[in-house]
Amino acid sequence: MKHTISVIVENKPGVLHRVSALFSRRGFNIESLAVGTTADPDISRMTIVASGDDQTLEQIIKQLYKLIDVLKVFDLPELESIERELAMVKVKADQKTQTELTQIADTCGAKIVNVAADSVIIEISAEQDKVENLQRLLEKFDIIELVRTGKIALQRGSAE
Amino acid sequence: MQITGAQALIESLKKEGVDLVFGYPGGTVLPIYDVLFKEKDLKHILTRHEQGATHAADGYARSTGKVGVCIATSGPGATNTITGIATAYMDSIPMVVITGQVATNLIGRDSFQEADVIGITQPITKHNYLVKDAADIPRVIKEAFHIARTGRPGPIVVDIAKDAQNNKISFKYPDKVNLPGYNPTLKGHSRQLKAAAKMISLAKKPLIYAGGGIITSGAAKELKEFAIKHNIPVTTTLMGLGAFPEDHKLALQMLGMHGAAYANYAVQECDLLVAIGARFDDRVTGHLPSFAPKAKHIHIDIDPAEIGKNVRIDVPIVGDVKLTLIDLMDKSKVEPGKHEAWLKQIDEWKNKYPLSYKKDKTIKPQYVVEMIREVTKGEAIICTEVGQHQMWAAQYYRFTKPRTWVSSGGLGTMGYGFPAAIGAQFGNPKAIVFDIAGDGSIQMNIQEMATAVNHKLPIKIAVLNNCFLGMVRQWQELLYDKRYSSTNLCNNPDLVKIAKAYGAEAMRITRPEDVKKALKDSLKIKDRPVLMDFTVAKEENVFPFVPPGQAINEMLVD
Ligand SMILES: Cc1ncc(C[n+]2csc(CCOP(=O)(O)OP(=O)(O)O)c2C)c(N)n1
Repeated sequence: MKHTISVIVENKPGVLHRVSALFSRRGFNIESLAVGTTADPDISRMTIVASGDDQTLEQIIKQLYKLIDVLKVFDLPELESIERELAMVKVKADQKTQTELTQIADTCGAKIVNVAADSVIIEISAEQDKVENLQRLLEKFDIIELVRTGKIALQRGSAE
Repeated sequence: MQITGAQALIESLKKEGVDLVFGYPGGTVLPIYDVLFKEKDLKHILTRHEQGATHAADGYARSTGKVGVCIATSGPGATNTITGIATAYMDSIPMVVITGQVATNLIGRDSFQEADVIGITQPITKHNYLVKDAADIPRVIKEAFHIARTGRPGPIVVDIAKDAQNNKISFKYPDKVNLPGYNPTLKGHSRQLKAAAKMISLAKKPLIYAGGGIITSGAAKELKEFAIKHNIPVTTTLMGLGAFPEDHKLALQMLGMHGAAYANYAVQECDLLVAIGARFDDRVTGHLPSFAPKAKHIHIDIDPAEIGKNVRIDVPIVGDVKLTLIDLMDKSKVEPGKHEAWLKQIDEWKNKYPLSYKKDKTIKPQYVVEMIREVTKGEAIICTEVGQHQMWAAQYYRFTKPRTWVSSGGLGTMGYGFPAAIGAQFGNPKAIVFDIAGDGSIQMNIQEMATAVNHKLPIKIAVLNNCFLGMVRQWQELLYDKRYSSTNLCNNPDLVKIAKAYGAEAMRITRPEDVKKALKDSLKIKDRPVLMDFTVAKEENVFPFVPPGQAINEMLVD
């Protein structure tokens, strides 16, 4: 089972290592990890996508709470959360293909953020499956480079 | 007033009530040792190896309940502490380990004697700190002690860069810690307490399974009251020895791989298992799905992560064991059960399958332990190494008081016992302190004899010398068709001569009839350690023995 886990931590040196090492030590594979500060610059939020069974997850959450620098941990319920991933795709393009690429970007809610003589960079911020869908559509144009951030997510409503 | 970081460190330790540290100097802790040179109120004990210093701090902590403190230099000094830190971590022992680190401008350059101590110790500490700024020292020490001794205790590493030890600060010791991410739950949830009280009152065959948490929390008295009030027999883990008096009629001794048969049978038959400050370790449970198959489970522990980790729990209670037991006794207004049939059944098992061994013309190691108990009237602090001798000590000493059993349970560290005995003797100057050792283990930290002799510590070292790495040999005998691969120690050095070379007293005992006298004689020696080299039966086995992966009632008994 895939889980999206939010870990709110104090911004102390080594905290990223402490958290990520705990996942590997307890047999959980991290698929993606995104870290950034929250509204409070001394506090960061780590959004971790990981897979493993429920019992291991429960154990990991409890172990995370034991880390002194960890303030809060929650397993984000998929249906009640807004999830986003950011991707940038550099694709080979000439004048002919550019219009087609613009169309694809439009229908996918992506945008072209850079145009060079022989390539364009398309940016998308969306749910994971939409990002993957765009990637599939772009494959036939020869992807030169692709970069994806880890997922970030927030629960809907006023719940924290 | 401006003082250096090193002075601030020592002042902070004194504020925490520390009057004794163990350690070993080196380049990056020179500023600290320079302060210690003139220091009057805080004594430093030079061990002969940093591993010895950590185990000594650990033995001090286990036997006194205070936080043990040790110091080591960077690089090899710090890496030598690793086994000691891991040992303390596995058994939840409060300890603060101070290591020197290279100066901040040298960190990250593979400098001389640089090691990433924070990275290395992260999975074996409750928390750790790299201190690069002298001004942080008081706060970090305050936090380190607070974290080490509260909640589920554990070791803390404080790695201090050399320049932070030299820089000057104006010293003020904080009176509070500010750790928003650290709030151990002490009071059990009242709904859970009620549910537990009800379950206990309904049980026909209840059993208490008590672990080291009883000792940590100082709850031996409450456990006894609770068990007696409800007529519930008590089995303890290796770490829980001393949590419940083993001479009491409700005592079932230790359970698990080398547990008493009656304890293991009781686990398999009980209808309610009340686990208190214990963690369902594999050495206790054997084959997990077959463990306590008929029982409902109540689990009381301060660490929420232990609850449900290995076994499904019906009523979890997160809280301090002592407070929880007090609350639980308040909650259960119901008439306590008598459990007559159950207690009778247990007595039958006790009579039918007692812990026993066969005597012959050789010295039986179990007999030595029994005699140690007799001459010390069960009042000694018993430290052990790891192996068969450890199990015999656990089975035959019959512990009655908390903090009298000092042994590496979770990590199973050979070489632990002797330095731990040094720590225990420093912490309890009047007590009789024994290290029950094997001939293999005693050689792992024998250099600490110099420390013990130096400080005139009257530690008694009883080596149960079987010329084997006995415990491993036992597994080879029973599980590998007697292929004794690398377990024969027939070329052991003369331990008596070694001890004497260090300036200790030493004797060799080869006949059963001399055992008691030798032990009695050893008690008369008050100004130096005594090593007693008991030539014991070579291929004696520890029974009962639950082969790994079996249910705990599937024991080999001889
Ligand atoms: C540091 C360390 N290395 C290896 C082991 C594995 N081990 C467990 S018991 C044992 C034999 C101990 O022999 P000895 O100290 O002579 O005690 P005996 O079992 O003979 O009583 C060994 C090698 C261990 N527990 N610790």
